[in-house]
Amino acid sequence: MGEAQEEFAIRVRDLVVGFGRQTVLDHLSLDVRRGEILGLVGASGGGKSVLMRTIIGLIPRQGGTIEVMGQPIGGRTQGAATTWGILFQQGALFSSLTVRQNVQFPLRENLVLSQELMDEIAIAKLEMVGLRPQDGDKYPSELSGGMTKRVALARALALDPPILFLDEPTSGLDPIAAGDFDTLIGTLQKTLGLTVFMVTHDLASLTTVCDRVAALADGKIVAIGPMRELLQSEHPWVRAYFHGKRSQMLQPQMR
Amino acid sequence: MNSEPLLLATPSGDALELRPQGPWIAANVSTLEMLSRSVGADVDRSRAVTLDMSGISALDTLGAWMLEKLSRKAASSGRSAGIVGVADHFSGLMDEVRQVNRHTPAATAAPNPVLVRLSNLGKATIGAREDVTLFLQMLGALFMAMIGVARRPRTLRLTSLVYQLDRIGWQAIPIVVLITFLIGAIIAQQGFFHFRRFGAESYTVDMVGILVLRELGVLIVAIMVAGRSGSAYTAELGSMKMREEIDALSTMGLDPVHVLILPRVLALVIALPILAFIGSIAALYGGGLVAQFYGGMAPAIYIARLHEAISVTHFEVGILKAPFMALVIGIVACSEGLRVKGSAESLGRQTTTSVVKSIFLVIVLDGLFAIFFASIGM
Repeated sequence: MGEAQEEFAIRVRDLVVGFGRQTVLDHLSLDVRRGEILGLVGASGGGKSVLMRTIIGLIPRQGGTIEVMGQPIGGRTQGAATTWGILFQQGALFSSLTVRQNVQFPLRENLVLSQELMDEIAIAKLEMVGLRPQDGDKYPSELSGGMTKRVALARALALDPPILFLDEPTSGLDPIAAGDFDTLIGTLQKTLGLTVFMVTHDLASLTTVCDRVAALADGKIVAIGPMRELLQSEHPWVRAYFHGKRSQMLQPQMR
Repeated sequence: MNSEPLLLATPSGDALELRPQGPWIAANVSTLEMLSRSVGADVDRSRAVTLDMSGISALDTLGAWMLEKLSRKAASSGRSAGIVGVADHFSGLMDEVRQVNRHTPAATAAPNPVLVRLSNLGKATIGAREDVTLFLQMLGALFMAMIGVARRPRTLRLTSLVYQLDRIGWQAIPIVVLITFLIGAIIAQQGFFHFRRFGAESYTVDMVGILVLRELGVLIVAIMVAGRSGSAYTAELGSMKMREEIDALSTMGLDPVHVLILPRVLALVIALPILAFIGSIAALYGGGLVAQFYGGMAPAIYIARLHEAISVTHFEVGILKAPFMALVIGIVACSEGLRVKGSAESLGRQTTTSVVKSIFLVIVLDGLFAIFFASIGM
C-alpha cells in the first residue's frame, strides 16, 4: 500500500488500443486522483468512450497497464460492480425490469439482504437522484430522457462504488436539467466521497463541476489540469476546442 | 475491531444508548440486518434512544439508511431519539438519508386470484378479437397498397422486393431442399417397410407422389418459411418500431405499409410457390433414391409409376395453396412486428407469437383447402 496507490483512483500507463489497423489510443497515460471529478474532452470519434470502455474492461487493450484503486485491471474483473458504477450514454437500463428492479439489480446480485431493505434502498437511491418513489414502478420505455439518466445514475450508485464513470451524462438534456444533473453529481460526489470520471462535451459541466479537465487528441492526453489552465493551453486542438466560436459565444467572461 | 460491524446497546433505566461500531457498509449487509433486528425489542421497550455514531469507521448509503431507520423506529410513537457523535465526513450522507423514504407509496393489496384468472380470460378473449381485427386491417392496408401499385407501377419498391426475394427465396433453397429431400426419403422408406407386408410395395410411389404434391411439400415449406423468414420479418419490423424508424418514415410522408410491408409480403407470395415446387421435386427425388436403394425399384420404374399415379391436378392442388399461405405468414409476421413495444422482452414475445400463430394459421388454412378441394372434386 504505497503512497501513490492511496492518492490515485485510476492510473493508466502507456495504453494502446486499436481496431484492426487503426490505432485509437496511442501510448496514453492518465492519472485520476481519489475524490476528484475529472472531465475528459476530445473530438467526436477521438477515443473518449474507447478510453472509458477500456478502463472498465469492455474493450481489450493492446498494451499498457491500468490500475484501479491500486489493483491492476485484466479483462473483466469479479465484483466489478462494487468497484465502479457506470452511467452509459443511452442509460442502458434493462428494458424488461421496472425502474425499481433496475436499481435493485446490483444489490440483488452482489449482496444477501431482505426484500424490504432492498425496496427501501432502491427508493432511497431514486429520491437521492431526484425521482419520486412512485416512478419506481415504471418501465424504462415509459421514461423521458432526463429520467432515464437519473435512473441510470441511481443504478450506477446502487452499491456506493468509490468510482463513478459517466459517459456524456448531460447530452440530450435541456440546460436546466443539465445544470440540475451537474449539481446532483457534485452533491453526490461530496456526500459519498466519489471519484468521478466524466466524458463530456458540455462546457458548462466542465467549468462548474469538474475539478480537473483532460483533453484527448491524437490518441494522447495533450493537456490536463483545472479548467483555468486548460484555457491557457497552447496546444492547437485545445485552443480550437475552447476558443472556437461556439465556446467563445457561451463563455465571453473567460477570454 | 475494524473488520466487523457491531451494535452495542446499553440500557439505563428508560433510556437506551446504541453505539454502532466498525464499518457500516453494504458489504456487511447481512450482519447489519441481524444487528438492527436484535436491538428491535430493546428499542421498543425504551422511552429515549440515543444513537452514538462516534465508533463508526466507514459508512455508505446503505449503512446510513439502516441507522436512520433505527432512529426513525425509535422516534415513532412519541419517543425521543437523537443521533450524536456524527463525524464531519459522514454528516452530509446522514443529512441526505434523512430526506428519503418519507412518503412510501401505499402498497397495493394483493388481488383476488379468481378475479385475476377471470380478468385474464376476459382480456384474452378481447385480445383474440383484436387479433382478427388487426389481421383484417393489415390485409386491407396491403390490398390498398396493391391497388396503388397497380395504378402507378413505378411506385413499387423494386429494389426492396428483389432484395427480399433473394433473402427469403434464393437463400432459403439449400435448407428447403435438404429438409424436403429427407421428408420424401422417410415417407418412401416407411411406405416400403409397411406395404411390403401385404405386397403392395409399388403403391408406395403413389403415396409419396400424392402426399408430397398435394400436402406435405407445401406444408413443410410453409412451416419452414414461417420459422425462417416470418420470424425475421417480425424481429426486423419490431426493432425498427423500437428505434422509431417507422415513425420517422411516417413523418416523411411515406406509408410504412407501402415501403416496408408490401415488398416483404409480395416477396413471400412470389417465393413460397417456387420454394414449394423445388421442395416437392426434392422430396420426390428423395423418395426415388430410397426406392432404388431400399425398395429395390429401378429409377425407370419409379418414374413410370409416378407418371401413372399423379396428375397435374395433384400438383395444382398443392401449389395453389402456397400463395395464400405466404400471405397469411407475411401478414401475421408484419402485424406482430408492428405490435412490439419498447422492451427487448416484448420483441422476443412478439417474435414467438408471430411464428406460433403463422404455423397454426397455415395448418388451419391447409385443412380448409382440403375441404374445399374435396368438395369441388379436385
